[in-house]
Amino acid sequence: MSEAAKPPRPQFRNIHLTQIAGYRMPLAAIVSIMHRISGLFLFLMLPFVLFLLDSSLLSEGTFDYLKGFTSGWFVKLVILALSWAYLHHFCAGIRHLIMDNHIGLDKDSARKSSATVLVVSITLMVLVALKLFGAF
Amino acid sequence: MADNNIGPKRLVVGAHYGLRDWLAQRATAVVMAVYTVILLVCFFTSTNFSYQGWAALFSHQWFKVATFAVFMALFFHAWIGVRDALMDYVKPVGVRLVLQVATILWLIGCAGYAAQILWRN
Repeated sequence: MSEAAKPPRPQFRNIHLTQIAGYRMPLAAIVSIMHRISGLFLFLMLPFVLFLLDSSLLSEGTFDYLKGFTSGWFVKLVILALSWAYLHHFCAGIRHLIMDNHIGLDKDSARKSSATVLVVSITLMVLVALKLFGAF
Repeated sequence: MADNNIGPKRLVVGAHYGLRDWLAQRATAVVMAVYTVILLVCFFTSTNFSYQGWAALFSHQWFKVATFAVFMALFFHAWIGVRDALMDYVKPVGVRLVLQVATILWLIGCAGYAAQILWRN
């Protein structure tokens, strides 16, 4: 049987970035793409995080300088964004690890766990924001 | 296997690179999660957060080694993740190769910086 006679096989490709707006995004898909975005953001911010660690450990002087540096609203926003990225990546990662063990793979459980990831990570981010901007 | 491993029947996968990296990404994730929890516990149980307490925690050789190991886990984890994203979204081979090399150089640079921070004195 010749290859040409067969009907063309369906091709399943990754959703390209430019196509995301055209897709219906269930909660699990939102958590998934945010997992990528937060991971890439953390990757790009690595030198900044290392700089913060560096300043916090180098000497008492740089530690105090860091306190001043991180008291500005813009730096606080950057740290808040980093906190969100870490919290989301952490929570969504634990969901991944659980699902890798074949737990909660059906549609309903997957939707519930993705909602849990969003609720937990956003709640913790709000707590970090309140702490950062001096509510408690 | 040997006599039909030719032409269209040739087995083009099987070195388990994909599985190995997938598993490594999970293992490094667990290492980082455990370290995160330990660091948060240290942070929240210290009654008076000061430079002395913070620097003292990082003055132990075992803690430097553990932190460096976690950083290396992080860089390996990030490499697999960024490589996966590049393979998904960047189709031109030349551009992808350049970005992958840049990713590796970025992470090696970060590893050097991390080592310098931990073992300055």
